[in-house]
Amino acid sequence: MWNPEKEKISPAKLRAEQSEALRKLVEKLYTRVPFYREKMNLHNIKPEDINSIDDISKLPFTTKHEMRDVYPYGLLAADRRDIVEIHTSSGTTGKPVVGAYTHNDIDLWAEGMARTLSMAGIDETDTIQNMYGYGMFTGGLGVHYGTRLVGANLLPASSGNSKRQLQLMQDFGSTAISCTPSYCLYLAEYAQEQGIDIRELGLKAGFFGAEPWSENMRLDIQNKLGLKAYDIYGLTEIIGPGVAAECAEQQGLHIFEDLFYPEIINPDTGEVLPDGEKGELVITTLTREGSPILRYRTRDITFIIPEPCRCGRTLRRIHRLFGRNDDMLIIRGVNVFPSQIEEILLRIEGVEPHYQIVVERQGMLDTMEVRVEVNETIFSDEIRRLEFLEKSIRDEIKTGLGVNAAVKLVEPKTIARSEGKAKRVIDNRNITTGA
Amino acid sequence: MIIKQLSIFLENKSGRIHEITEILGRENLNIHALSLADSENFGVLRLIVNDLDKSLDCLKKNGVATSLTSVLAVEVPDKPGGLAAVMKVIDDAGLNIEYMYSIPEKTHDNAIMIMRFDNTEQAVNKLDGKGLRILTQQEVLKL
Repeated sequence: MWNPEKEKISPAKLRAEQSEALRKLVEKLYTRVPFYREKMNLHNIKPEDINSIDDISKLPFTTKHEMRDVYPYGLLAADRRDIVEIHTSSGTTGKPVVGAYTHNDIDLWAEGMARTLSMAGIDETDTIQNMYGYGMFTGGLGVHYGTRLVGANLLPASSGNSKRQLQLMQDFGSTAISCTPSYCLYLAEYAQEQGIDIRELGLKAGFFGAEPWSENMRLDIQNKLGLKAYDIYGLTEIIGPGVAAECAEQQGLHIFEDLFYPEIINPDTGEVLPDGEKGELVITTLTREGSPILRYRTRDITFIIPEPCRCGRTLRRIHRLFGRNDDMLIIRGVNVFPSQIEEILLRIEGVEPHYQIVVERQGMLDTMEVRVEVNETIFSDEIRRLEFLEKSIRDEIKTGLGVNAAVKLVEPKTIARSEGKAKRVIDNRNITTGA
Repeated sequence: MIIKQLSIFLENKSGRIHEITEILGRENLNIHALSLADSENFGVLRLIVNDLDKSLDCLKKNGVATSLTSVLAVEVPDKPGGLAAVMKVIDDAGLNIEYMYSIPEKTHDNAIMIMRFDNTEQAVNKLDGKGLRILTQQEVLKL
Protein backbone atom coordinates (compact mmCIF):
# COMPACT_ATOMS: atom_id res chain seq x y z
CA MET A 1 0.00 0.00 0.00
CA TRP A 2 1.51 3.30 -1.09
CA ASN A 3 0.20 5.56 1.68
CA PRO A 4 -1.38 3.53 4.49
CA GLU A 5 -1.80 6.61 6.66
CA LYS A 6 -4.23 8.04 4.11
CA GLU A 7 -5.56 4.91 2.48
CA LYS A 8 -6.48 3.34 5.83
CA ILE A 9 -7.47 6.57 7.53
CA SER A 10 -10.21 6.34 10.18
CA PRO A 11 -13.53 7.76 9.02
CA ALA A 12 -13.51 10.34 11.82
CA LYS A 13 -10.04 11.60 10.92
CA LEU A 14 -10.93 11.64 7.23
CA ARG A 15 -13.99 13.77 7.94
CA ALA A 16 -11.98 16.19 10.00
CA GLU A 17 -9.40 16.53 7.22
CA GLN A 18 -12.04 16.90 4.53
CA SER A 19 -13.87 19.55 6.56
CA GLU A 20 -10.72 21.56 7.08
CA ALA A 21 -9.70 21.24 3.44
CA LEU A 22 -13.13 22.29 2.18
CA ARG A 23 -13.23 25.29 4.47
CA LYS A 24 -9.84 26.48 3.19
CA LEU A 25 -10.74 25.74 -0.41
CA VAL A 26 -13.97 27.72 -0.31
CA GLU A 27 -12.27 30.66 1.36
CA LYS A 28 -9.56 30.65 -1.29
CA LEU A 29 -11.96 30.32 -4.20
CA TYR A 30 -14.16 33.11 -2.85
CA THR A 31 -11.18 35.44 -2.51
CA ARG A 32 -9.27 34.54 -5.64
CA VAL A 33 -11.66 33.30 -8.33
CA PRO A 34 -14.36 35.76 -9.47
CA PHE A 35 -16.20 32.91 -11.18
CA TYR A 36 -16.77 31.17 -7.83
CA ARG A 37 -17.33 34.36 -5.86
CA GLU A 38 -20.13 35.38 -8.20
CA LYS A 39 -21.67 31.93 -8.10
CA MET A 40 -21.59 31.84 -4.32
CA ASN A 41 -23.03 35.33 -4.07
CA LEU A 42 -25.78 34.27 -6.41
CA HIS A 43 -26.59 31.37 -4.08
CA ASN A 44 -26.22 33.54 -0.99
CA ILE A 45 -23.36 31.49 0.38
CA LYS A 46 -20.44 33.01 2.19
CA PRO A 47 -17.21 31.19 3.11
CA GLU A 48 -18.19 31.36 6.80
CA ASP A 49 -21.26 29.20 6.02
CA ILE A 50 -18.94 26.29 5.26
CA ASN A 51 -17.72 24.71 8.46
CA SER A 52 -17.77 21.01 7.79
CA ILE A 53 -17.75 18.66 4.86
CA ASP A 54 -21.52 18.24 5.31
CA ASP A 55 -21.95 21.86 4.30
CA ILE A 56 -20.72 20.98 0.81
CA SER A 57 -24.31 20.45 -0.35
CA LYS A 58 -24.93 24.19 0.15
CA LEU A 59 -22.40 24.98 -2.58
CA PRO A 60 -23.29 25.31 -6.26
CA PHE A 61 -22.23 22.75 -8.85
CA THR A 62 -19.71 23.39 -11.61
CA THR A 63 -20.44 22.10 -15.10
CA LYS A 64 -18.21 21.38 -18.09
CA HIS A 65 -20.09 24.08 -19.95
CA GLU A 66 -19.20 26.69 -17.34
CA MET A 67 -15.58 25.62 -17.43
CA ARG A 68 -15.53 26.17 -21.17
CA ASP A 69 -17.09 29.60 -20.80
CA VAL A 70 -14.20 30.84 -18.69
CA TYR A 71 -11.50 29.40 -20.97
CA PRO A 72 -8.54 29.67 -20.65
CA TYR A 73 -7.69 31.08 -17.24
CA GLY A 74 -11.06 31.79 -15.63
CA LEU A 75 -10.71 29.08 -12.98
CA LEU A 76 -7.15 29.82 -12.04
CA ALA A 77 -6.77 30.00 -8.26
CA ALA A 78 -2.98 30.34 -8.15
CA ASP A 79 -0.58 32.93 -9.53
CA ARG A 80 0.41 32.32 -13.12
CA ARG A 81 4.05 32.16 -11.98
CA ASP A 82 3.22 29.14 -9.79
CA ILE A 83 1.71 27.15 -12.65
CA VAL A 84 4.09 24.55 -14.05
CA GLU A 85 1.91 22.58 -16.44
CA ILE A 86 -1.31 23.03 -18.35
CA HIS A 87 -3.56 20.36 -19.85
CA THR A 88 -6.73 20.69 -21.85
CA SER A 89 -9.48 18.19 -22.48
CA SER A 90 -9.65 16.43 -25.82
CA GLY A 91 -11.72 18.10 -28.47
CA THR A 92 -10.55 21.38 -29.88
CA THR A 93 -13.75 22.60 -31.44
CA GLY A 94 -15.48 24.99 -29.19
CA LYS A 95 -13.44 25.72 -26.14
CA PRO A 96 -11.65 22.98 -24.26
CA VAL A 97 -11.59 22.53 -20.53
CA VAL A 98 -8.36 23.62 -18.86
CA GLY A 99 -6.46 22.05 -16.00
CA ALA A 100 -3.61 24.15 -14.58
CA TYR A 101 -1.12 22.48 -12.26
CA THR A 102 1.23 23.91 -9.64
CA HIS A 103 4.20 21.89 -8.39
CA ASN A 104 2.02 20.65 -5.55
CA ASP A 105 -0.71 19.65 -8.00
CA ILE A 106 1.77 17.56 -9.96
CA ASP A 107 2.85 15.93 -6.67
CA LEU A 108 -0.80 15.30 -5.88
CA TRP A 109 -1.33 13.76 -9.29
CA ALA A 110 1.71 11.52 -8.80
CA GLU A 111 0.36 10.53 -5.37
CA GLY A 112 -2.99 9.44 -6.83
CA MET A 113 -1.27 7.44 -9.54
CA ALA A 114 1.30 5.96 -7.12
CA ARG A 115 -1.58 4.67 -4.99
CA THR A 116 -3.18 3.30 -8.15
CA LEU A 117 -0.05 1.47 -9.28
CA SER A 118 0.70 0.17 -5.79
CA MET A 119 -2.75 -1.37 -5.58
CA ALA A 120 -1.57 -3.77 -8.27
CA GLY A 121 1.65 -4.44 -6.38
CA ILE A 122 3.87 -2.31 -8.61
CA ASP A 123 7.19 -1.27 -7.05
CA GLU A 124 10.81 -0.44 -7.99
CA THR A 125 11.32 -3.91 -9.39
CA ASP A 126 8.67 -3.45 -12.08
CA THR A 127 8.84 -2.07 -15.60
CA ILE A 128 5.80 -0.10 -16.72
CA GLN A 129 5.17 0.43 -20.39
CA ASN A 130 2.97 3.50 -20.59
CA MET A 131 0.96 3.36 -23.79
CA TYR A 132 -1.37 6.25 -23.02
CA GLY A 133 -0.79 9.18 -25.33
CA TYR A 134 1.55 11.87 -24.08
CA GLY A 135 0.69 15.49 -24.69
CA MET A 136 -2.35 17.55 -23.76
CA PHE A 137 -4.26 14.36 -22.92
CA THR A 138 -3.77 13.67 -19.20
CA GLY A 139 -3.48 9.89 -19.50
CA GLY A 140 0.16 9.73 -20.56
CA LEU A 141 1.69 12.15 -18.08
CA GLY A 142 -0.51 11.02 -15.19
CA VAL A 143 0.80 7.46 -15.40
CA HIS A 144 4.26 8.89 -16.04
CA TYR A 145 4.39 10.91 -12.81
CA GLY A 146 2.94 8.07 -10.75
CA THR A 147 5.47 5.60 -12.10
CA ARG A 148 8.31 7.99 -11.35
CA LEU A 149 7.11 8.37 -7.78
CA VAL A 150 6.80 4.63 -7.25
CA GLY A 151 10.26 4.24 -8.71
CA ALA A 152 9.46 1.56 -11.26
CA ASN A 153 11.32 1.44 -14.59
CA LEU A 154 9.32 3.58 -16.97
CA LEU A 155 8.95 3.12 -20.70
CA PRO A 156 7.19 6.28 -21.94
CA ALA A 157 6.08 4.54 -25.13
CA SER A 158 3.00 6.72 -25.73
CA SER A 159 0.18 5.44 -27.94
CA GLY A 160 0.29 3.66 -31.29
CA ASN A 161 3.03 1.83 -33.19
CA SER A 162 2.06 -1.68 -32.13
CA LYS A 163 5.15 -3.26 -33.63
CA ARG A 164 7.41 -1.15 -31.46
CA GLN A 165 5.20 -1.71 -28.40
CA LEU A 166 5.71 -5.46 -28.71
CA GLN A 167 9.41 -5.01 -29.31
CA LEU A 168 9.73 -2.90 -26.13
CA MET A 169 7.79 -5.50 -24.16
CA GLN A 170 10.10 -8.25 -25.36
CA ASP A 171 13.37 -6.34 -25.02
CA PHE A 172 12.79 -4.66 -21.66
CA GLY A 173 10.56 -7.26 -20.03
CA SER A 174 7.66 -4.95 -19.20
CA THR A 175 5.71 -6.24 -16.21
CA ALA A 176 2.83 -3.77 -16.47
CA ILE A 177 1.10 -1.78 -19.17
CA SER A 178 -1.27 1.17 -19.25
CA CYS A 179 -3.54 1.97 -22.18
CA THR A 180 -7.19 1.99 -23.20
CA PRO A 181 -8.81 -1.43 -22.80
CA SER A 182 -9.66 -1.57 -26.48
CA TYR A 183 -6.09 -0.89 -27.54
CA CYS A 184 -4.78 -3.67 -25.33
CA LEU A 185 -7.12 -6.15 -27.00
CA TYR A 186 -6.03 -4.86 -30.37
CA LEU A 187 -2.41 -5.32 -29.34
CA ALA A 188 -3.10 -8.89 -28.23
CA GLU A 189 -4.58 -9.64 -31.63
CA TYR A 190 -1.68 -7.96 -33.39
CA ALA A 191 0.81 -10.00 -31.35
CA GLN A 192 -0.97 -13.18 -32.36
CA GLU A 193 -0.72 -12.21 -36.03
CA GLN A 194 3.00 -11.65 -35.54
CA GLY A 195 3.34 -15.09 -34.00
CA ILE A 196 4.15 -13.67 -30.57
CA ASP A 197 2.55 -15.23 -27.50
CA ILE A 198 1.86 -12.12 -25.48
CA ARG A 199 0.86 -14.26 -22.49
CA GLU A 200 4.44 -15.46 -22.24
CA LEU A 201 5.99 -11.98 -22.02
CA GLY A 202 5.64 -11.74 -18.25
CA LEU A 203 3.04 -8.99 -17.97
CA LYS A 204 1.35 -9.08 -14.59
CA ALA A 205 -0.82 -5.96 -14.46
CA GLY A 206 -2.62 -3.62 -16.81
CA PHE A 207 -4.13 -0.23 -15.97
CA PHE A 208 -7.09 0.48 -18.14
CA GLY A 209 -9.32 3.50 -18.34
CA ALA A 210 -10.32 6.51 -20.43
CA GLU A 211 -13.18 4.65 -22.09
CA PRO A 212 -16.12 2.49 -21.01
CA TRP A 213 -15.46 -1.21 -20.67
CA SER A 214 -17.27 -4.14 -19.19
CA GLU A 215 -16.65 -7.01 -16.84
CA ASN A 216 -16.70 -9.37 -19.82
CA MET A 217 -14.04 -7.31 -21.50
CA ARG A 218 -11.94 -7.56 -18.34
CA LEU A 219 -12.15 -11.35 -18.45
CA ASP A 220 -11.26 -11.29 -22.11
CA ILE A 221 -8.24 -9.04 -21.51
CA GLN A 222 -7.01 -11.09 -18.55
CA ASN A 223 -7.36 -14.26 -20.54
CA LYS A 224 -5.69 -12.96 -23.70
CA LEU A 225 -2.81 -11.11 -22.07
CA GLY A 226 -2.25 -13.25 -19.00
CA LEU A 227 -2.33 -10.27 -16.64
CA LYS A 228 -4.64 -8.80 -14.03
CA ALA A 229 -6.68 -5.95 -15.50
CA TYR A 230 -7.32 -2.95 -13.23
CA ASP A 231 -9.99 -0.33 -13.84
CA ILE A 232 -8.71 3.19 -13.23
CA TYR A 233 -10.68 6.42 -13.25
CA GLY A 234 -9.88 10.05 -13.72
CA LEU A 235 -10.73 13.09 -15.76
CA THR A 236 -8.94 16.21 -16.93
CA GLU A 237 -11.35 18.51 -15.11
CA ILE A 238 -10.31 16.98 -11.79
CA ILE A 239 -6.65 16.10 -12.41
CA GLY A 240 -6.42 13.24 -14.92
CA PRO A 241 -6.04 9.56 -14.00
CA GLY A 242 -5.44 8.89 -10.31
CA VAL A 243 -8.84 9.89 -8.95
CA ALA A 244 -10.06 6.36 -8.24
CA ALA A 245 -8.71 2.89 -8.91
CA GLU A 246 -9.32 -0.77 -8.24
CA CYS A 247 -7.36 -2.74 -5.69
CA ALA A 248 -6.53 -6.41 -6.14
CA GLU A 249 -10.04 -7.35 -4.99
CA GLN A 250 -11.38 -5.84 -8.25
CA GLN A 251 -14.67 -5.00 -6.53
CA GLY A 252 -15.13 -1.33 -7.28
CA LEU A 253 -12.69 1.58 -7.45
CA HIS A 254 -11.36 3.19 -4.26
CA ILE A 255 -11.84 6.92 -4.68
CA PHE A 256 -9.06 8.94 -3.08
CA GLU A 257 -11.54 10.92 -1.07
CA ASP A 258 -8.97 12.63 1.09
CA LEU A 259 -8.07 14.49 -2.12
CA PHE A 260 -11.19 14.25 -4.29
CA TYR A 261 -14.46 14.40 -2.38
CA PRO A 262 -17.16 12.31 -4.05
CA GLU A 263 -20.91 12.82 -3.91
CA ILE A 264 -23.65 11.01 -5.76
CA ILE A 265 -26.56 13.18 -6.78
CA ASN A 266 -29.89 12.82 -8.47
CA PRO A 267 -28.99 14.36 -11.84
CA ASP A 268 -32.45 15.89 -12.23
CA THR A 269 -32.87 17.52 -8.83
CA GLY A 270 -29.26 17.92 -7.65
CA GLU A 271 -30.19 16.24 -4.40
CA VAL A 272 -27.35 14.34 -2.71
CA LEU A 273 -28.09 10.60 -2.53
CA PRO A 274 -27.01 8.24 0.24
CA ASP A 275 -24.26 5.67 -0.31
CA GLY A 276 -25.48 2.70 -2.28
CA GLU A 277 -27.86 4.71 -4.46
CA LYS A 278 -27.09 5.12 -8.11
CA GLY A 279 -26.74 8.61 -9.54
CA GLU A 280 -24.32 11.10 -11.02
CA LEU A 281 -20.84 11.35 -9.57
CA VAL A 282 -19.86 14.83 -8.39
CA ILE A 283 -16.28 15.55 -7.34
CA THR A 284 -14.65 18.38 -5.44
CA THR A 285 -10.86 18.73 -5.56
CA LEU A 286 -10.14 19.34 -1.88
CA THR A 287 -6.47 20.22 -2.12
CA ARG A 288 -5.69 21.35 -5.64
CA GLU A 289 -4.07 24.76 -6.11
CA GLY A 290 -3.91 25.57 -9.83
CA SER A 291 -7.48 25.01 -10.97
CA PRO A 292 -9.50 23.57 -8.10
CA ILE A 293 -13.06 22.56 -8.90
CA LEU A 294 -16.07 22.77 -6.63
CA ARG A 295 -18.67 20.04 -7.02
CA TYR A 296 -17.88 19.14 -10.61
CA ARG A 297 -20.69 17.28 -12.33
CA THR A 298 -18.89 14.42 -14.05
CA ARG A 299 -22.01 13.09 -15.83
CA ASP A 300 -20.71 9.62 -14.99
CA ILE A 301 -23.27 7.31 -13.42
CA THR A 302 -22.24 5.11 -10.51
CA PHE A 303 -22.90 4.56 -6.81
CA ILE A 304 -20.74 4.59 -3.70
CA ILE A 305 -20.17 1.16 -2.18
CA PRO A 306 -20.51 1.71 1.56
CA GLU A 307 -19.19 -1.66 2.75
CA PRO A 308 -15.51 -1.81 3.77
CA CYS A 309 -13.20 -3.49 1.28
CA ARG A 310 -11.36 -6.69 2.12
CA CYS A 311 -8.07 -5.05 1.14
CA GLY A 312 -8.15 -3.00 4.34
CA ARG A 313 -8.39 0.42 2.72
CA THR A 314 -11.03 2.62 4.32
CA LEU A 315 -11.39 4.96 1.34
CA ARG A 316 -14.82 4.24 -0.09
CA ARG A 317 -15.29 2.67 -3.47
CA ILE A 318 -17.37 3.64 -6.47
CA HIS A 319 -18.90 0.97 -8.66
CA ARG A 320 -17.50 0.54 -12.16
CA LEU A 321 -19.17 3.28 -14.23
CA PHE A 322 -22.60 2.49 -15.64
CA GLY A 323 -22.43 5.07 -18.40
CA ARG A 324 -23.16 8.76 -18.74
CA ASN A 325 -26.20 10.98 -18.42
CA ASP A 326 -25.30 13.24 -21.32
CA ASP A 327 -24.67 12.56 -24.98
CA MET A 328 -20.89 12.38 -24.76
CA LEU A 329 -19.37 9.46 -26.65
CA ILE A 330 -15.99 8.04 -25.82
CA ILE A 331 -14.28 6.76 -28.94
CA ARG A 332 -10.93 5.11 -28.32
CA GLY A 333 -10.33 7.28 -25.29
CA VAL A 334 -11.37 10.50 -27.01
CA ASN A 335 -14.42 12.38 -25.74
CA VAL A 336 -16.76 13.32 -28.55
CA PHE A 337 -19.97 15.30 -28.27
CA PRO A 338 -22.39 15.17 -31.20
CA SER A 339 -22.48 18.98 -31.06
CA GLN A 340 -18.78 19.04 -31.96
CA ILE A 341 -19.45 16.98 -35.08
CA GLU A 342 -22.27 19.37 -35.91
CA GLU A 343 -19.99 22.40 -35.58
CA ILE A 344 -17.47 20.81 -37.92
CA LEU A 345 -20.12 20.00 -40.53
CA LEU A 346 -21.46 23.53 -40.43
CA ARG A 347 -18.02 24.89 -41.19
CA ILE A 348 -18.03 23.06 -44.52
CA GLU A 349 -19.78 25.06 -47.18
CA GLY A 350 -23.13 23.77 -48.27
CA VAL A 351 -23.33 21.02 -45.67
CA GLU A 352 -26.46 21.06 -43.56
CA PRO A 353 -26.51 19.63 -40.07
CA HIS A 354 -28.47 16.55 -41.09
CA TYR A 355 -26.19 13.90 -39.76
CA GLN A 356 -26.05 10.79 -37.70
CA ILE A 357 -23.21 9.22 -35.76
CA VAL A 358 -23.02 5.44 -35.71
CA VAL A 359 -20.64 3.87 -33.25
CA GLU A 360 -19.71 0.21 -33.45
CA ARG A 361 -17.20 -2.01 -31.77
CA GLN A 362 -15.59 -3.90 -34.63
CA GLY A 363 -13.44 -6.64 -33.26
CA MET A 364 -11.59 -4.84 -30.52
CA LEU A 365 -11.80 -1.23 -31.56
CA ASP A 366 -14.51 1.37 -31.61
CA THR A 367 -15.37 2.81 -34.97
CA MET A 368 -17.35 5.92 -35.67
CA GLU A 369 -19.24 6.55 -38.87
CA VAL A 370 -20.67 9.96 -39.58
CA ARG A 371 -23.54 9.89 -42.04
CA VAL A 372 -24.26 13.16 -43.76
CA GLU A 373 -27.29 13.81 -45.90
CA VAL A 374 -26.57 15.00 -49.42
CA ASN A 375 -28.45 18.12 -50.47
CA GLU A 376 -28.63 19.97 -53.77
CA THR A 377 -25.84 22.36 -52.82
CA ILE A 378 -23.26 19.70 -52.12
CA PHE A 379 -24.45 17.14 -54.64
CA SER A 380 -22.14 16.97 -57.57
CA ASP A 381 -22.52 14.88 -60.67
CA GLU A 382 -18.86 13.99 -60.37
CA ILE A 383 -17.86 11.15 -58.09
CA ARG A 384 -14.48 12.66 -57.31
CA ARG A 385 -16.06 15.84 -55.96
CA LEU A 386 -18.30 13.83 -53.66
CA GLU A 387 -15.36 11.73 -52.58
CA PHE A 388 -13.41 14.91 -51.95
CA LEU A 389 -16.26 16.16 -49.78
CA GLU A 390 -16.21 12.93 -47.77
CA LYS A 391 -12.48 13.29 -47.33
CA SER A 392 -12.76 16.94 -46.27
CA ILE A 393 -15.26 16.07 -43.56
CA ARG A 394 -13.10 13.16 -42.42
CA ASP A 395 -10.01 15.39 -42.26
CA GLU A 396 -11.84 18.13 -40.37
CA ILE A 397 -13.06 15.63 -37.77
CA LYS A 398 -9.57 14.18 -37.42
CA THR A 399 -8.01 17.62 -37.02
CA GLY A 400 -10.72 18.99 -34.77
CA LEU A 401 -11.42 16.04 -32.52
CA GLY A 402 -8.40 13.81 -32.93
CA VAL A 403 -10.51 10.83 -33.85
CA ASN A 404 -10.82 8.85 -37.06
CA ALA A 405 -14.30 8.75 -38.50
CA ALA A 406 -15.64 7.09 -41.60
CA VAL A 407 -17.78 9.57 -43.48
CA LYS A 408 -20.70 8.35 -45.54
CA LEU A 409 -22.89 10.51 -47.71
CA VAL A 410 -26.49 9.41 -47.61
CA GLU A 411 -29.63 10.36 -49.51
CA PRO A 412 -31.74 13.32 -48.38
CA LYS A 413 -34.18 12.70 -45.53
CA THR A 414 -32.96 9.19 -44.89
CA ILE A 415 -31.69 9.89 -41.39
CA ALA A 416 -34.39 8.65 -39.07
CA ARG A 417 -36.32 11.45 -37.48
CA SER A 418 -38.45 10.78 -34.48
CA GLU A 419 -41.09 13.37 -33.64
CA GLY A 420 -39.37 15.80 -35.96
CA LYS A 421 -36.12 15.49 -34.07
CA ALA A 422 -33.33 13.52 -35.68
CA LYS A 423 -31.75 10.71 -33.76
CA ARG A 424 -28.14 11.84 -33.73
CA VAL A 425 -26.36 8.88 -32.24
CA ILE A 426 -26.70 5.17 -32.75
CA ASP A 427 -24.37 3.39 -30.38
CA ASN A 428 -24.23 -0.29 -31.24
CA ARG A 429 -21.42 -1.14 -28.88
CA ASN A 430 -23.71 -2.59 -26.21
CA ILE A 431 -21.13 -2.35 -23.49
CA THR A 432 -22.63 -3.78 -20.35
CA THR A 433 -20.84 -1.90 -17.63
CA GLY A 434 -22.80 -3.49 -14.83
CA ALA A 435 -20.82 -6.08 -12.88
CA MET B 1 -25.94 22.15 -78.68
CA ILE B 2 -25.69 21.69 -74.96
CA ILE B 3 -28.09 19.13 -73.59
CA LYS B 4 -29.18 18.53 -70.03
CA GLN B 5 -28.72 15.32 -68.16
CA LEU B 6 -30.33 14.38 -64.87
CA SER B 7 -27.83 13.39 -62.20
CA ILE B 8 -29.13 11.49 -59.20
CA PHE B 9 -27.42 10.65 -55.93
CA LEU B 10 -27.87 7.07 -54.78
CA GLU B 11 -26.67 5.27 -51.73
CA ASN B 12 -25.24 1.85 -52.43
CA LYS B 13 -28.17 -0.19 -51.26
CA SER B 14 -30.32 -2.68 -53.02
CA GLY B 15 -33.53 -1.59 -54.66
CA ARG B 16 -32.67 2.07 -55.18
CA ILE B 17 -32.45 1.98 -58.97
CA HIS B 18 -35.69 0.05 -59.05
CA GLU B 19 -37.36 2.75 -56.95
CA ILE B 20 -36.05 5.62 -59.07
CA THR B 21 -37.06 4.01 -62.35
CA GLU B 22 -40.46 3.20 -60.92
CA ILE B 23 -41.03 6.84 -59.98
CA LEU B 24 -40.19 7.87 -63.55
CA GLY B 25 -42.23 5.08 -65.13
CA ARG B 26 -45.34 5.97 -63.10
CA GLU B 27 -45.18 9.50 -64.56
CA ASN B 28 -44.77 8.12 -68.07
CA LEU B 29 -41.22 9.41 -68.36
CA ASN B 30 -38.87 7.66 -70.73
CA ILE B 31 -35.17 7.07 -70.25
CA HIS B 32 -33.15 7.50 -73.46
CA ALA B 33 -29.75 6.79 -71.99
CA LEU B 34 -28.35 5.82 -68.64
CA SER B 35 -25.03 5.50 -66.94
CA LEU B 36 -24.22 4.51 -63.38
CA ALA B 37 -21.00 5.51 -61.66
CA ASP B 38 -20.19 4.17 -58.25
CA SER B 39 -17.77 4.63 -55.40
CA GLU B 40 -17.43 2.63 -52.22
CA ASN B 41 -20.47 4.09 -50.49
CA PHE B 42 -22.61 5.75 -53.11
CA GLY B 43 -23.38 6.00 -56.78
CA VAL B 44 -24.42 8.66 -59.24
CA LEU B 45 -27.09 7.75 -61.76
CA ARG B 46 -27.00 9.81 -64.96
CA LEU B 47 -30.06 9.89 -67.18
CA ILE B 48 -31.16 11.43 -70.46
CA VAL B 49 -34.96 11.67 -70.20
CA ASN B 50 -37.73 12.86 -72.48
CA ASP B 51 -39.20 15.46 -70.11
CA LEU B 52 -36.59 17.14 -67.95
CA ASP B 53 -38.78 19.47 -65.90
CA LYS B 54 -41.34 16.83 -65.11
CA SER B 55 -38.63 14.31 -64.18
CA LEU B 56 -36.84 16.78 -61.95
CA ASP B 57 -40.11 17.73 -60.33
CA CYS B 58 -41.28 14.23 -59.51
CA LEU B 59 -37.87 13.08 -58.31
CA LYS B 60 -37.56 16.05 -55.96
CA LYS B 61 -41.04 15.42 -54.66
CA ASN B 62 -39.88 11.95 -53.76
CA GLY B 63 -36.91 13.32 -51.84
CA VAL B 64 -34.27 12.27 -54.35
CA ALA B 65 -31.12 14.42 -54.56
CA THR B 66 -31.13 15.41 -58.22
CA SER B 67 -29.37 18.01 -60.30
CA LEU B 68 -29.06 19.00 -63.94
CA THR B 69 -25.73 18.62 -65.66
CA SER B 70 -24.66 20.06 -69.02
CA VAL B 71 -23.35 17.45 -71.43
CA LEU B 72 -22.79 17.09 -75.16
CA ALA B 73 -24.23 14.37 -77.43
CA VAL B 74 -21.60 13.66 -80.06
CA GLU B 75 -22.04 11.55 -83.19
CA VAL B 76 -19.45 8.80 -83.57
CA PRO B 77 -19.05 6.76 -86.81
CA ASP B 78 -19.97 3.17 -85.99
CA LYS B 79 -16.92 1.54 -87.54
CA PRO B 80 -13.43 0.52 -86.44
CA GLY B 81 -11.44 3.62 -85.54
CA GLY B 82 -14.60 5.77 -85.42
CA LEU B 83 -14.32 6.66 -81.73
CA ALA B 84 -10.55 7.11 -82.00
CA ALA B 85 -11.05 9.71 -84.71
CA VAL B 86 -13.52 11.64 -82.55
CA MET B 87 -11.21 11.40 -79.56
CA LYS B 88 -8.35 12.77 -81.63
CA VAL B 89 -10.39 15.88 -82.43
CA ILE B 90 -11.22 16.33 -78.74
CA ASP B 91 -7.66 15.70 -77.71
CA ASP B 92 -6.30 18.13 -80.29
CA ALA B 93 -8.71 20.76 -79.01
CA GLY B 94 -7.10 20.35 -75.59
CA LEU B 95 -10.29 19.14 -73.94
CA ASN B 96 -10.61 16.67 -71.12
CA ILE B 97 -13.56 14.30 -70.80
CA GLU B 98 -14.86 13.73 -67.26
CA TYR B 99 -16.94 10.76 -68.31
CA MET B 100 -18.93 9.45 -71.25
CA TYR B 101 -21.49 6.84 -72.11
CA SER B 102 -23.48 5.85 -75.15
CA ILE B 103 -27.10 6.14 -76.20
CA PRO B 104 -28.61 2.84 -77.39
CA GLU B 105 -30.16 4.42 -80.53
CA LYS B 106 -28.18 5.27 -83.64
CA THR B 107 -28.47 7.94 -86.34
CA HIS B 108 -27.92 6.12 -89.64
CA ASP B 109 -24.51 4.54 -89.21
CA ASN B 110 -23.50 6.70 -86.31
CA ALA B 111 -23.46 5.92 -82.62
CA ILE B 112 -24.18 8.70 -80.13
CA MET B 113 -21.95 9.33 -77.14
CA ILE B 114 -22.89 11.54 -74.21
CA MET B 115 -19.80 13.40 -73.05
CA ARG B 116 -19.20 15.46 -69.97
CA PHE B 117 -16.43 18.08 -70.07
CA ASP B 118 -14.96 20.27 -67.33
CA ASN B 119 -16.44 23.29 -69.03
CA THR B 120 -19.22 22.54 -71.48
CA GLU B 121 -19.44 25.98 -73.14
CA GLN B 122 -15.71 26.06 -73.72
CA ALA B 123 -15.93 22.55 -75.21
CA VAL B 124 -18.66 23.67 -77.63
CA ASN B 125 -16.54 26.63 -78.76
CA LYS B 126 -13.40 24.60 -79.18
CA LEU B 127 -15.14 21.84 -81.12
CA ASP B 128 -16.88 24.28 -83.43
CA GLY B 129 -15.84 23.78 -87.04
CA LYS B 130 -13.81 20.66 -86.28
CA GLY B 131 -16.11 18.38 -88.24
CA LEU B 132 -17.89 16.76 -85.31
CA ARG B 133 -21.65 16.65 -85.29
CA ILE B 134 -23.12 17.60 -81.92
CA LEU B 135 -26.81 16.87 -81.46
CA THR B 136 -29.38 19.18 -79.91
CA GLN B 137 -31.70 18.12 -77.09
CA GLN B 138 -34.55 17.87 -79.59
CA GLU B 139 -32.55 15.61 -81.89
CA VAL B 140 -31.58 13.36 -79.01
CA LEU B 141 -35.18 13.04 -77.84
CA LYS B 142 -36.36 12.18 -81.36
CA LEU B 143 -33.98 9.24 -81.65
